[in-house]
Amino acid sequence: MIAFNQVHKRYPGGYEALKNVSFDIAEGEMVFLTGHSGAGKSTLLKLIAAIERPNSGSVLVNNQNIGALKGGALPYLRRNLGIIFQDHKLLFDRNVFDNVLLPLQICGFDHRESGKRVRAALDKVGLLKREKSNPIALSGGEQQRLCIARAIVNRPAILLADEPTGNLDAAYAQEIMAIFSSFHQVGATLLISTHDESVLQDSGVRRLTLKEGVLQ
Amino acid sequence: MTRALAQHFGVLRAVLRRMFASKLAGFLNILVIGIALSLPAGMYLLLQNAQGLVAQLSGTPQISLFLEMDAKADDIDRLQKQLAQHPAVAGVDFVARAQALEQLKQSTGLSDLISGLEQNPLPDAFVVHPKPGDAQSLDALRGELAKLPRVSEAQLDSAWAYKLEALLKFGRMGVLILASLLSLALIAVTFNTIRLQILTQHDEIEVTKLIGATDGFIRRPFLYFGATQGLLGGIMAWLIVNASLLLLNHQLGALAQLYASQFTLHPLSIGDSLSLLLFSIYLGWIGAWLSVARHLSQIEPR
Repeated sequence: MIAFNQVHKRYPGGYEALKNVSFDIAEGEMVFLTGHSGAGKSTLLKLIAAIERPNSGSVLVNNQNIGALKGGALPYLRRNLGIIFQDHKLLFDRNVFDNVLLPLQICGFDHRESGKRVRAALDKVGLLKREKSNPIALSGGEQQRLCIARAIVNRPAILLADEPTGNLDAAYAQEIMAIFSSFHQVGATLLISTHDESVLQDSGVRRLTLKEGVLQ
Repeated sequence: MTRALAQHFGVLRAVLRRMFASKLAGFLNILVIGIALSLPAGMYLLLQNAQGLVAQLSGTPQISLFLEMDAKADDIDRLQKQLAQHPAVAGVDFVARAQALEQLKQSTGLSDLISGLEQNPLPDAFVVHPKPGDAQSLDALRGELAKLPRVSEAQLDSAWAYKLEALLKFGRMGVLILASLLSLALIAVTFNTIRLQILTQHDEIEVTKLIGATDGFIRRPFLYFGATQGLLGGIMAWLIVNASLLLLNHQLGALAQLYASQFTLHPLSIGDSLSLLLFSIYLGWIGAWLSVARHLSQIEPR
């Protein structure tokens, strides 16, 4: 589903974020991406979403070479991805419901059908009662869950999460990991970056560890 | 199909909401566009009316041939035959001097004065109806007729109309220049409005790009905004022009009465009104399109 082959990423200015990274993630697999901050976790996720392009090597998502993708094809790639951003990237000019509705509007979903889907997604993350609120009124954990609802409403095959439990306390972090597990169970492919040891300990989930841009 | 339509209407609703989120700012923008458009539209309307007036007054041009006072009856007969055979002449009417005096008495109300005259001061005359032609050929015909024997003077009745026509051409060019300049100004106004919108919606554009919006999807609300603002500006211009016309006609009514005339300014025709609206929509669209093309590509998600 996701395949990196000898990927290098150098940022302008010479900083090498990723060095010779190769790995495969199968369809329906759930993988943790770990490492200290600055190890290249965010860069790796950005390469998958084509927010950044590799300097050499190939990134395949769903058998499409991201590096060779034309600008016009980009939106359609991203519709297959659910991305949970470290900084949430919620829109504060509209309520919770409309934030989750946005991906469906982009795909041109039928009005009534999309209403159902938005409520189902909000229900899954436990925010159904807050649909009329402005995201700014939500707590950090709730904003994170709202971001998850927006990422899953379109039922993407692949979910990418960048530090989803970043600054949440342990109870919230467990809650969010439970949500991810439930997606894994229904067949989604997940790649979750985290440096939170507490969520990693108990699970028998596969780990990719980055250290200074090199896969360990 | 209906789903696509519903989507477009959704965008349009959102655009209108955004336009009047700040009622005053939205209204002021539309007012600026309306005033800028109403200037050339109003001038065009005045020219149209002047044109109509010229056509009404001049009708078909005539050449009046005044004969010498001592012209005899057989001179007149010869002249009439000569004129009737002339290739550029469609018809000829003879106006005898007595008949002319009678007409003058009736039409001017100066009968007392005229009956006081010792002798008829008017000459015999021909009214020549030339075949249709432009100002130059008519003037040439006038010169030719003036040289015929026993003719003392030839007047082209509609000469002033042709001069006015030339003046109107000059005016139309002025309107064209003004309209072009103001159109550019309108494009610039829309360009800037959209630029500011793109700046304030930077986050939204970035997020929508990240979750798979096509450029078309992102562009659409801005283009609709430009076009809608253009349309409302055009309607504003139409209202300004027609309201001004009502005020002018009110004053003109009093003036025309003094001259015992029925002259009023005609409003913009339906065709011209539609052209005005379509043109203003088009200008708004262009301004928005240029702005979006220039500024949207600068926003790339990080």
